[in-house]
This record gives sequence, C-alpha cells and structure tokens, in this order.
Amino acid sequence: MYDKGKILTGLAVFVVFMTYPFWNNIGRAAYVKPELEKPRMAKECVENVEYMRAEHMAMLNEWRDEVVRNGMHEYHSSFTHQTYAKSLTKTCLKCHENKDKFCDKCHTSVAVSPYCWDCHVDPKGVKQ
Amino acid sequence: MNTTRRCFLKLASIAALGWGGVRPAAQVLASGGAAPSEGLLFASRHAVHAGPHALTAKRWAMVIDTRALTSEIIKDMVEVCHRIHNVPDIPTKQNIKWIWETHFENLFLDDVHEHLPADHPQIGVALCNHCDNPPCVRVCPTKATFQREDGIVMMDFHRCIGCRYCMAGCPYGSRSFNFMDPRPYIAKITPEFPTRTKGVVEKCEFCAERLAEGKLPACVEVSRGAVVFGDLADPESPVRKALASRYSIRRSPTLGTQPCVYYLV
Amino acid sequence: MLEKALQGTKLYWGWLAFLALLVLVGVGCYWQQLTHGLTITGMSRDVTWGFYIAQFTFLVGVAASAVMLVIPKYLHDYKKFTKILILGEFNAVAMVLLCLLFIVADLGSPQRLMNVLLHPTPNSILFWDMVVLNGYLLINILVGWVTLEAERKQVEPPHWIKFFIYLSIPWAVSIHTVTAFLYAGLPGRGYWLTAVLAARFLSSAFAAGPAFLILVTYIARAFTGFDPGKDVLATLGKTVVYAMIVNIFLFLCEVFTVSYSQIPSHSAHLQYLFFGYHGHGVLVPWMWASMIMGVAGILVLLVPKNRKQDNMLIIGCLLVFIGAWIDKGLGMIGGGFVPNPLHEITEYVPTQLELGVSLGIYALGFLVLTVLYKIAIGVKQEVE
Ligand code: HEC
Ligand code: HEC
Ligand code: HEC
Repeated sequence: MYDKGKILTGLAVFVVFMTYPFWNNIGRAAYVKPELEKPRMAKECVENVEYMRAEHMAMLNEWRDEVVRNGMHEYHSSFTHQTYAKSLTKTCLKCHENKDKFCDKCHTSVAVSPYCWDCHVDPKGVKQ
Repeated sequence: MNTTRRCFLKLASIAALGWGGVRPAAQVLASGGAAPSEGLLFASRHAVHAGPHALTAKRWAMVIDTRALTSEIIKDMVEVCHRIHNVPDIPTKQNIKWIWETHFENLFLDDVHEHLPADHPQIGVALCNHCDNPPCVRVCPTKATFQREDGIVMMDFHRCIGCRYCMAGCPYGSRSFNFMDPRPYIAKITPEFPTRTKGVVEKCEFCAERLAEGKLPACVEVSRGAVVFGDLADPESPVRKALASRYSIRRSPTLGTQPCVYYLV
Repeated sequence: MLEKALQGTKLYWGWLAFLALLVLVGVGCYWQQLTHGLTITGMSRDVTWGFYIAQFTFLVGVAASAVMLVIPKYLHDYKKFTKILILGEFNAVAMVLLCLLFIVADLGSPQRLMNVLLHPTPNSILFWDMVVLNGYLLINILVGWVTLEAERKQVEPPHWIKFFIYLSIPWAVSIHTVTAFLYAGLPGRGYWLTAVLAARFLSSAFAAGPAFLILVTYIARAFTGFDPGKDVLATLGKTVVYAMIVNIFLFLCEVFTVSYSQIPSHSAHLQYLFFGYHGHGVLVPWMWASMIMGVAGILVLLVPKNRKQDNMLIIGCLLVFIGAWIDKGLGMIGGGFVPNPLHEITEYVPTQLELGVSLGIYALGFLVLTVLYKIAIGVKQEVE
C-alpha cells in the first residue's frame, strides 16, 4: 500500500477520536439518579412521572410550536384532568420552583444543557 | 381556441399560481403537510386555535389618533411594551425597539408638506404594521416570521437564523436585530416573557400572548384612549367606529403592503 | 490527481502557509463574533447588511464568469479557450465557496443554519439562492474534475459530461440573477427596486470575473510557466471591455430614470453615494474612484493594441476589477440602506474585526484556488 504508515496512523487517530466518549468514561462511577427536589405544593406532575421523565423534551418542543405558531396556549392533561398554560416559566417552574435542584441537577447528571434558558427566564435568578 | 393559445393560458395560470398567488399555491401544498397549519413549502396563514379566555378576531387592527397622542402618552406606551417584553435599552445604533416615538414627517414621508396648520401633530408612534401583505414573511427563508389568520405577523424566535432578510424587506423599519446578548441591557427582567439571545430578529407581535389571556395589547391600555384596537372585520368594533369617524392614513400605502395600523389625522 | 497539490516548491508551500496564517487570523476574529455577536461589526439597526453580504454579492459575479469561457468554447467551438477553461471552472468552485462562507459569516445564529433545509421556503429568494449556489458549486466541481481527469488520461471526456457543461451556462446566469432578485424585489428600498439590477449585476460580473481570470492566469504564468496560448488573454480582454461598457451603460440608464423622474425614495440613494446626503457621504470618494477606474479601464482595453500588450492588459483589468469591486463590494449594499425607509441616515463603515473575518475567508478561498490551480496546471504540464 502506498503511504501505508500515514494511512494507518490517520485511521488510528480517527478511531481513538470517535470512541473518545467511551474512553473518557472509563473508571467513572456508574450512573446514579440524582436526588431531585420534589415540588412541595403539588403531588402530581402534568402527566405521569414515567412519561414526564422520558418525554418532557418532546412535550416542550410541541408546546413551543403550538403556542408560538398555532396560538394554542392551553394544555389539557388526561392524567390530572386539569388545564395548564403551555409555558416553561409559568407552568413547569411554578411547581418546580428550584430549577437548579430539579431540572439542572438531572440534566447535569446526563450531560445535557438545554439552551432554552438563554431566553426563558428562571424567576429565581432574576436580579431584583 | 387554438392549441398554442390554450397552452399559453395554461402556462400563464401556472405561473400566476407560483408568483402572484403564493397563497393559493401554498394551500395546495399545505394540505397533507405534517404540521396542521404551516405550509409544507410556501408560507401560508396559520390558523389560531385560541382558548376560551382569548380575545379573537377575524382581522386585528389598530387605530392611532395622532391628535390625541402626546409625547407623554407615547413614553408610557413604549415603557410598558418594552418592560413586559424584556426589550433591552441599548444606547447605540444597534438598538432594539418594538414601538417608538418618531417625527411625523418620518412616518408619513409622502403626506407631509411645509404649510400644514401650526397645530398639526409633530410626532407620532411607529410599530409593526402587521401588514396584510407582509414583505417580511415573503422573504423569510425559514418561516420564522409568519402570519396568522387573524393577521398578526408573528416571530418564532426559536427558528430565526438571524439572516436579517426580513429587516431589508420591511419598508417601515419595524424590526430589530439582537447584535449582542440583550440581558445586560434589560433593567429589570420580567420572568413571564422570555428574553431573546444574540443573533435573532424581533419586533412587536400585537401582544399575541396577552390576547390569548383575554387582554388588550399593553400599549393600548396605557394610551388614555389615543389608541384603539379591535376587529377590522366587525363593523361594531372600536377600530371600525374610529375609522368611520375621521379621515385616516396609513404608512407608505403605495407599496402595497396593506398596513393594519391606521392613523387618524 | 490530488497528489499534485502535495508536490510543490518552497514558494508554493510558503504561500499556502501564509494564507493559512491569514485564515487563523480570520478564525480568531470570527471567534470574537461568535462570542459577542454581530455587535463586533459596523452594522446597525438601519444598515443590517454590510461588508459580508457585499462580498458575497460581488463574488457570485466572479464565480459566474466561467460561463464567458464555456460559451465561446462549447457554443461557438472557439478552441483557443480550451486550455484555460479549467481555470475558469476551478475559479468558480473557489468563488462559490467564498460566497457560502460569507453568508454563514453574516448569520446571527449560524448554529441554526440547517433550518433553511428543515423548513424550506420557496417564497424566499434566499432559498433559491441556496439552491442555485450549491448547484453551481457541484456542477463546476464535477465538470472541472471529469474533464481534467480525461485530459490527464489523454482521452475524450465522457459524453454525459456535455450535459453538465451546457447546464452550467444557464446556471451561471441564474446564480447572479437570483442574487440580484434578493434585492430587486424589496419594496421600500429604492436603490435596488429596479428591473435593471439583475442585468447590471451580470454585466459587471462578466467584466470583473474575466478580468480576475486574466490576472490570476498571469500570476500562474509567472510562477509556473503555464502558457495559456497565444492571444487567449487578449481575446478574453475583449469580453471584459464590452461587458464593462454594457455595465456603465446600464448604470447610466439607472441614473437617468432616477434623476429625471426625481422620485426622492429612488434618487436619495444615488445622491448619498455620489454627492453625500444631508452632510453624510463616507462613500463619495470611493464611488467616484470606482467610476473613474471603470471608465479608465474601458479606455485602456478598448484599444486592440493595448489588449495584446501584457502590461496594458494587466492595468486595464486591474482598473475594471477594482472599479467593479468598489461598486458592488462597497456601494451596492451600503447605498441601498442609506437613507433608511423613514429617511433617517445611519452610515455604515466596516470594523476591523469584520474586515479580519473577511480577510480570513478570502484567504481560505485563495488557498482553495491555489491548490485547485496547482492541480490543474500540474496535470496540463504533465500532459504536454
Ligand atoms: C431566542 C430565544 C429563545 C430560545 C433560545 C428559546 N425560546 Fe422559547 N420562547 C421565546 C419567546 C420570546 C417566546 C414567547 C413567544 C411569544 O409569546 O410570542 C417563547 C415561547 C416558548 C413557549 C411558550 C410560552 C412560554 O411562556 O413558555 C415554549 C413552550 C417555549 N418557548 C419552549 C422553548 C424551549 C423548550 C426551548 C429550548 C429548547 C426554547 N423555548 C428556547 C424565546 C426563546
Ligand atoms: C402541578 C405542578 C407541576 C407542574 C406544573 C409540573 N410538574 Fe413536573 N412534577 C411535579 C411533581 C409533584 C413531580 C413528582 C411526581 C412524583 O414523583 O410522583 C414531578 C415530576 C417531574 C419529572 C420527573 C422527575 C423524576 O423524579 O424523575 C419531570 C421530568 C418533570 N416533573 C418535568 C416537568 C416539566 C418539564 C414541566 C413543565 C412542562 C413540569 N414538570 C410541570 C409537579 C409539577
Ligand atoms: C429525571 C431527569 C430530568 C429532569 C428532572 C428534567 N430533565 Fe429535561 N432532560 C432530561 C434528559 C435525560 C434529557 C435529554 C434527552 C435527550 O437528549 O434525548 C433532557 C432534555 C431536556 C430538554 C431538551 C434539551 C435538548 O437539548 O434537546 C429540555 C428542553 C428539558 N430537558 C427541559 C427540562 C425542564 C424545563 C425540566 C425541569 C422542569 C427538566 N427538563 C427536568 C432529563 C431530565
């Protein structure tokens, strides 16, 4: 093979690079679900917990499009049989008052950082 | 009819569908699209699925009484709008405004001359005209700015790529771009309405979020009667009554944009 | 053929290293823009497009100019252009790449670029610009590569490539037409709202583009001994001068319409550009320089004797190229935004960081151009 050395080195670098996330995690503690601060003023989320855990990102995206693009501001939950405003700040954060100890804590543990908060406001963090 | 002529007519009508009538074409393409009201390709008017508490209309419009407006009233209107919508106060030419005071002759380039009566208004207020035929919607490459069936020209801040084509398209200077992170320039953040980030365009939305809660636009509320808001399609609405009562003009009507903000003179 | 790009003199590598350094400078400046936003530019609420979009507009024209070689060669069987055809095509590749980079540099939220594909919107001319630019890029890569490979193997290029060669002709026209339509369809921007804009864009492109090709061919000749063939550049010079004459003619048509009709929203922009408006006129000296250079370039190149003389041809092409660059790369965009639709005046001057980003982009484009030309000329000299 022409330029065998270079090609093999290139391949090796590529493989290491692509698998970096796995290497990087070796030796770290296995994932444990973080202790989350549960809302005090309510017992139930807008949908059941399993659903929320798995689907809240998709749900929020849907809310976003429905509010902004279709003018649908209200969410009827068939789980709690209640109506909620489709709003990050006005709904989610109303119950989950402490974003740091709820949303962020969980997100940090799974290494996602939703960019929503560049615009959406956590009332706690606002300078008064 | 001779065949070539018929062919020509057929072609011409297809062409007209493509160019003149983006909307009819859009409706064809929009049906069967994934999102219920967003055109699959062409921009189409979005249906509004308002809740039971919402104020609704066939065609929202605003009527501004230029003789009743004072600098003080305008100041209040600007203040409340910019406060509740977290509009930053940036002291440079890269500033952001949704509604602002300007000279009468800048508003109505074609309608002002030097021999007007001395008591004619010197100032006026400018905001998005929520045109019936909005050039900004026509040019937007992502449908980040789009029009609802009730006429409101909306911004989807989540989709805007910041190309600023809409700003070149708007003949009223109604749009602003976030050249920088706006948060340091907001005196006191109102948590209920999201701020924006650097890199997106923004403008007045006729307080769509307030209409959904059954409230009038904030600037109307503080205008001490100088501004009325309502359904242009309803002859009994305050806007229609105001328009019937006095002569009114719109900004640059010759451009064909069909503004829905009217000024009583 | 790629290996041709890897074998070169010290000078070649030094030049590439120099360009790479400039690219790094550009990356540094762009990093500033990413962290602080477009506030690092001279743009404002009133002048919302600036140097980036102006460069994009100008370069689309330079890219389209390959067609000025393709038409004589393939539609008129003018064989003399065979040899430099590939230079035109590879030039188009590098220039379209530059265009795309300038568009991305201008975006406020480049991380959302894909929204243009996720939510395609044909009522936006920007959508069509994306389609035609990317198409033109692909066509020229394909045609350039296939014909060069055939040349290297000393066989006729495959038959199907003809289709793409002919396709490239209307496509080249389309990229600049669509780019003009970006501007020409906007109500309330009097300077651009003219049917002659696309024609003006094309004519200035067919002057500046071939002028650029002539200049880089001279450079290539100086460094590689590449011989474009007798009289080829002089003939191309003819294209430059006639296109420039048409360009000036169309500009004068515009001047007449605007100044005889005396509609303020149309005339204010030309007045701003050439005489200043209410005491504002940063571009006035530039615009006059552009006019003088354009006319001088025409006078030089119109004389057949001058076109056959290397030095005069170079001078003429430089004049035309710089003249057209000022007109489109500075005046066209800035002038359209001043005064704004409310007849307020906010002037625009690019900042150093903005120029730094642009420098980096240009350097990257020239890097690609150098490598592509190295390959093309390498193959040609190998065959000879
Ligand atoms: C560029 C700023 C920006 C970003 C980033 C952003 N939003 Fe928004 N969002 C807004 C604005 C502004 C509104 C209000 C729009 C209106 O009322 O017209 C809004 C409205 C919403 C709404 C409905 C109303 C409300 O109060 O919540 C939802 C839901 C939403 N966004 C979800 C999200 C999610 C989820 C993300 C992150 C994935 C996100 N947004 C990121 C600016 C942003
Ligand atoms: C009415 C108050 C209320 C609202 C509004 C609310 N939540 Fe909850 N949420 C709760 C409660 C209470 C729990 C804990 C339920 C349990 O553990 O049984 C919970 C649980 C969750 C969980 C699961 C946490 C875990 O233990 O894994 C997620 C995720 C979540 N909420 C997200 C959201 C999001 C996103 C929103 C906004 C769309 C939202 N919640 C709105 C009250 C609320
Ligand atoms: C039980 C853990 C948990 C809690 C609590 C939680 N999230 Fe999440 N969230 C996740 C995970 C996991 C993802 C990533 C999903 C993926 O990448 O597909 C995510 C993703 C998201 C996303 C999409 C981000 C993206 O980049 O696409 C949003 C928006 C979001 N969460 C909002 C919230 C909000 C608001 C809260 C608090 C009210 C919250 N989440 C609480 C686990 C959680």
